[in-house]
Amino acid sequence: MRKKSAFSGKSGESWFMLSFWLIPFVLFTLIPVGISVAVSFTNYNMLQPARFLGIANYLRMFLDDDIFIKSLSNTLLFALVTGPVGYVLSFAAAWFINDFSKGTRGALTFLFYSPSMVGSVYVIWTYLFSNDSYGVINSFLLSANLLREPIYWLTDPSYNFYVVVIVVLWMSMGNGFLAFVAGLKQLNPVYYESASIDGLQNRWQELWYITLPQMTPQLLIGAVLSVSSAFAIGAQNAALTGNPSTDYSTHTLLLHILDHGTQRLEMGYASAVAVVLFTIMLGSWALISRGLRAFSGKERGCTSCDQSV
Amino acid sequence: MHVMRSKRLTRSVFGKALSLFFLLVLGAFTALPFYYSVINAFKPVEELFLFPPRFMVYNPTWSNFTDIIRVQAEALVPLERYVFNTVFTTLAGTVIYVLIASMAAYPLSKRQFKGQKLLKKVIVSAILFRPEVAALPQYILLSKAGLIDGYGSLILPSVSGSFGVFLMMQFISGFPDEVLEAARIDGCSERGVFFRIVFPSVKPAWLTLIIFTVISLWNQTGAQFVYSESLKLLPVMVTQLSAAGIVRSGVTAALSLLLMLPPMIIFLLAQGAIVETMAHSGIKE
Repeated sequence: MRKKSAFSGKSGESWFMLSFWLIPFVLFTLIPVGISVAVSFTNYNMLQPARFLGIANYLRMFLDDDIFIKSLSNTLLFALVTGPVGYVLSFAAAWFINDFSKGTRGALTFLFYSPSMVGSVYVIWTYLFSNDSYGVINSFLLSANLLREPIYWLTDPSYNFYVVVIVVLWMSMGNGFLAFVAGLKQLNPVYYESASIDGLQNRWQELWYITLPQMTPQLLIGAVLSVSSAFAIGAQNAALTGNPSTDYSTHTLLLHILDHGTQRLEMGYASAVAVVLFTIMLGSWALISRGLRAFSGKERGCTSCDQSV
Repeated sequence: MHVMRSKRLTRSVFGKALSLFFLLVLGAFTALPFYYSVINAFKPVEELFLFPPRFMVYNPTWSNFTDIIRVQAEALVPLERYVFNTVFTTLAGTVIYVLIASMAAYPLSKRQFKGQKLLKKVIVSAILFRPEVAALPQYILLSKAGLIDGYGSLILPSVSGSFGVFLMMQFISGFPDEVLEAARIDGCSERGVFFRIVFPSVKPAWLTLIIFTVISLWNQTGAQFVYSESLKLLPVMVTQLSAAGIVRSGVTAALSLLLMLPPMIIFLLAQGAIVETMAHSGIKE
C-alpha cells in the first residue's frame, strides 16, 4: 500500500509529465528498434514470413563476408579521424565566435551552419575534385605544372578516402556546434568575475578551468551527436565516390546496411549489421561520456572553481 | 551586466582580428553550397548546363521564378496544397515536440523517481540506433494504427525521437536546484515550477531545439508514409518536378532556393532571440 501511494504521489507527477512524449517514443521508436533487433536473428526478406536463424547472421558477417570486414575497418577509421577532429573543430569555432558582438556572431554562426540547411551540399565538392582535367583542383594543378595527368580523386582508392574525410570535416559544424553556441550563452558570469580576481592569467586557463567544466552538459550533447554521425558516415561517401565505391574503398557499415536491406531485401542480415554498429556506438559512447564526466568532476587545483561561489 | 563584462578576460585587438579573419575564411568555405544554390536559381537554362560548371552567373534572370507559376498551372494538385502540407506538419510537429520533450526532460533531470536511471540510458541509446532498419517496423506499426496516408504518419515519427529530450535534459540539469526548492516551498506545483520557472530560463535550449526540429521536419519527404498526391510534401514535389528533366531544371533550381529560405529565416530569428539567460533572468547561485 505504502509503495503504491509513493508511486501515484510524487513519482506520479513525474510520470505524468513524461507520458506525453514517452507514449509516442515507445510506440514509434522503441518498439521498432526492438523488432529490428529481433529480426537480426532471422532470415527475413519482407515477402515471406521470417525464419529463425539464431546467430547465423552474426557468424556470416565475421566469417563469410569480406565486404563487411572492409566496411567495418573503414567505419572505424573514418570515425577515429573525423569524430574527434570534428568535435574539437566545432567547439573551437563556437568558442571563438562567442567573443564577437551580436551581429558578427550571428553572421558567422549562419555561415558555419548553412551546409546543414542546404539540401545538395556535396555537389560543390564533386566539381572541385572532379576526376577529369576540368575539375577545379585538377585543372589548377595541371596548369601549375604540378601534375602531368589528372588525378582520379573520387575513384582512385588511394585518394578517395581522404577526400571523404575532408568533406565530412567541412560539414562538422552541425547540430553539435549549435548546442555549443547556445551553451556558451548560458554560462554563469559570476565564475568569470571571481576567477579574474583570483588571478587567471589568460583565456586558455579560463577555458580549461571555468568554461569547459561548466559546459559539461553541452559537451555531452556534442559527443552524442559526434558518435552518432562519425560511425554512421555513408551518405557523403555514396554521393562523392559512388555506391559501391571502387574496390569498396570507402564502403562503410551504413552503406552495407542499406545495400543488404534495400537492394538485396535481406532485412535479417541488414538488421544484424545494424546491431553490430549500434553496439560499437554504445561502447564508444560509454567511454567518452565517462571520460567527459571525470574531466568535469575533477578538482584541478583552482580554488575559484569551487562550485559554492 | 556591463560592469561584470569589463572584469572578464578579453583577447587582444590583434588576436581578435586574427581570429575573425580565420573564421571568415572558414565561413566562406562552408557557405559555398548556399552561394551555389543562389546563383543557380538565377541562371538561364543554357548556363545551368555549362561544363565545367561556373561559380558565376553571366545573364541573371527572374524567369525561373516566374516559370514556377506557369508550371504549376498545369499541375494536378495546386502548389498551395504542398505548401500547406509542409507548413502544417512542420509547425504542428515543432510545437508538439518542443513542448513534450521539454516536459519529459524536467522530471528526468530534476526529480527522483523509480526507473529514472534506466530510462535515461534508454534515451541516449535510442539516439545511437541507426533508423535505417527500424523504418520498416515503424511503417508496419503506423499502418496497424491506421495512420498511413494521413498527417499523423508525417508528424508522429518525428515527435517520438529522443534526441530533443536529451538536449533539454542537459540544459535543464545546469539549472540551480536552490531556485526550484524556493519555488516549491512557496507552494508552487511541479507543473508550475516547470512552466513558470524552468521553461522560460532554458530559452537557449528550446530555441536550439526549434531550429533542429524545423529543419528536419521541413526537409522530410514523408514519401514512405503518404501516397495521396494531396498529402505530399514540398520536397517530394520538387523531386517530381526535377524528374521532368532539362526543361524543368530552371524551375527546380528556383524552387529549391525558395524551399531553403523558411528554415533559414527561423534559424536567424531563433539565433537572434538567444541571449545570456542566466544574466538576464537574475538567477545566480
